[in-house]
Amino acid sequence: MKAARNPSLAAGAAIVAFLVATAIVGPLLATADPLAIDLANSLARPSLQHPLGCDVLGRDVLARIVYGARLSLGVSVSVVALSMIVGSLIGGAAGMAGGWIDEVIMRGVDIVLAFPGILLAIALAAVLGPGLMDLVIALSAMGWTTYARLVRGEVLTLREREYVHAAETLGARPGRILLRHLLPAMAGPVAVQATFGIGGIVGAEAALSFLGLGALPPTPSWGNMLDAGRAFMLVAPYLTMAPGIAIGTAILGFNLLGDGLAQIAGTRS
Amino acid sequence: MIRYFLRRLGALVPVAIGVATLTFAMIHLVPGDPVVAMLGETAAPADIAEMRTRLGLDRPIAEQYTAFLTGLLKGDLGESISYRKSVSSLIAERFPATIELTMAGMLVGVLIAFPLGIVSGMKPGGAADVGAMGFAILGISIPHIYLGPLLMIVFSLDLRWLPLTGRGGLSHLVLPALTLGTALAAVIARMLRQSLISVRDSDYMRTAVSKGMSPAAALIRHGLRNAMTSVVTLLGLQTGALLTGALITEVIFSWPGIGRLLIGAIGARDYPLVEGCVLTFALTYVVVNMATDLLYAIVDPRVRLE
Repeated sequence: MKAARNPSLAAGAAIVAFLVATAIVGPLLATADPLAIDLANSLARPSLQHPLGCDVLGRDVLARIVYGARLSLGVSVSVVALSMIVGSLIGGAAGMAGGWIDEVIMRGVDIVLAFPGILLAIALAAVLGPGLMDLVIALSAMGWTTYARLVRGEVLTLREREYVHAAETLGARPGRILLRHLLPAMAGPVAVQATFGIGGIVGAEAALSFLGLGALPPTPSWGNMLDAGRAFMLVAPYLTMAPGIAIGTAILGFNLLGDGLAQIAGTRS
Repeated sequence: MIRYFLRRLGALVPVAIGVATLTFAMIHLVPGDPVVAMLGETAAPADIAEMRTRLGLDRPIAEQYTAFLTGLLKGDLGESISYRKSVSSLIAERFPATIELTMAGMLVGVLIAFPLGIVSGMKPGGAADVGAMGFAILGISIPHIYLGPLLMIVFSLDLRWLPLTGRGGLSHLVLPALTLGTALAAVIARMLRQSLISVRDSDYMRTAVSKGMSPAAALIRHGLRNAMTSVVTLLGLQTGALLTGALITEVIFSWPGIGRLLIGAIGARDYPLVEGCVLTFALTYVVVNMATDLLYAIVDPRVRLE
């Protein structure tokens, strides 16, 4: 499909590519150390030397945003990958097994989904304590259900297809049918979901870090930068603006990319 | 209708028990000792033992679980460690503030969404449509944790039109409700637009227009009515995001609801209070979902026959 016909895809891909490049290459190019404290530059306004200014400890905001991109995307991609694998296997198993196994698994999914929004991640992060690994676990515990539901639904439709019946007749085991024949066939909708999912997790990770349940200072994360900047909104509004725009841009990019991919896959209007 | 209602009510019980069980499991089975976390590594063993007994943590886990469930049935969620008051009374104090904020957010969302969605759906591709949908995509992308401080900078610190934080009259509610409702408005507006576009070419619309109704009037009278079931469903689906959005908004605006209570409890490692707040949020969500299903059944009679 031409880019002109799918502006969401083009814009989304451009934003995501920019973010990924920033996360990978940015820290190598950054001239400032995101952790270097320089009290003489406390709350310094944006300048040539510090394009986005400095925070209260005189740390370069641009460097912190760039390192924050690495953390934010790293966490989000890990969470979505983990959720996707766990969710696909559980949902796939439910769909293949049917009967009471399906019933039990899906009731379990319902219970996890009964926790609104990021509440489950907040509760888990609260008991696990702050830290990146715990953050990934907390967010994945919330995220896998989407994929479980999606994959189970796809399995139920796809397994009636003739090529699946053919494989069954040839004696393929359910596990092989799921992994070789069913999961590859649903790559489109799962990829669309995962793209929206990364955007959602970027927001959720920022919210948890903002609440003090994610990446701990001094590690720069967009969420904890926003939280720290709130105390200086009047004197240094750029301290909240920079991470705020970074988070918004990342969510926007993945949403647009998801919309664009959905148009190609024809799964969402 | 009554049979449908009873069936939905019956389905509520196992989900509520499941939610309570999962909450209990998270707090009690996750590795790490909450008492040591509360009192610190250096606490005297005697103090740790005393706190254990006070919280009932020295009893077998099955016994704790039964006590938790029977307590829950009686509305007894234990005692908060940091406030030294019953958890249920603390929650009862704060719950109205959370509901007020959530309802206000929903109202703001709907009030912004309808004009945008209608303007867009009437003339897709027009300037108003592009503008409204541009707003919608921004509204979906801007996180609460940035929109809140941004509104504070503009309307409280700069223009000084509205109070910065806290709960009071209507003026205190405006910024938190806007923070919470903007994302919802964007989602509803997009959905409304889509459903208005999809009914534009339907037979009943053509009939209405051929009978002398103006296209705009027909769209609002018939098209919008048809879109209502989708709006109700979407509102139900968005309640989860709205409730945790409220939690975050409460923290931003120092709004005295259970979201701020929960985050404070986490900071103070007040596990009974954490448990109570998490449970309250989840059970509220479960009940709202059931209410949405019922509302849906009233709006669309076909649902009951499923």
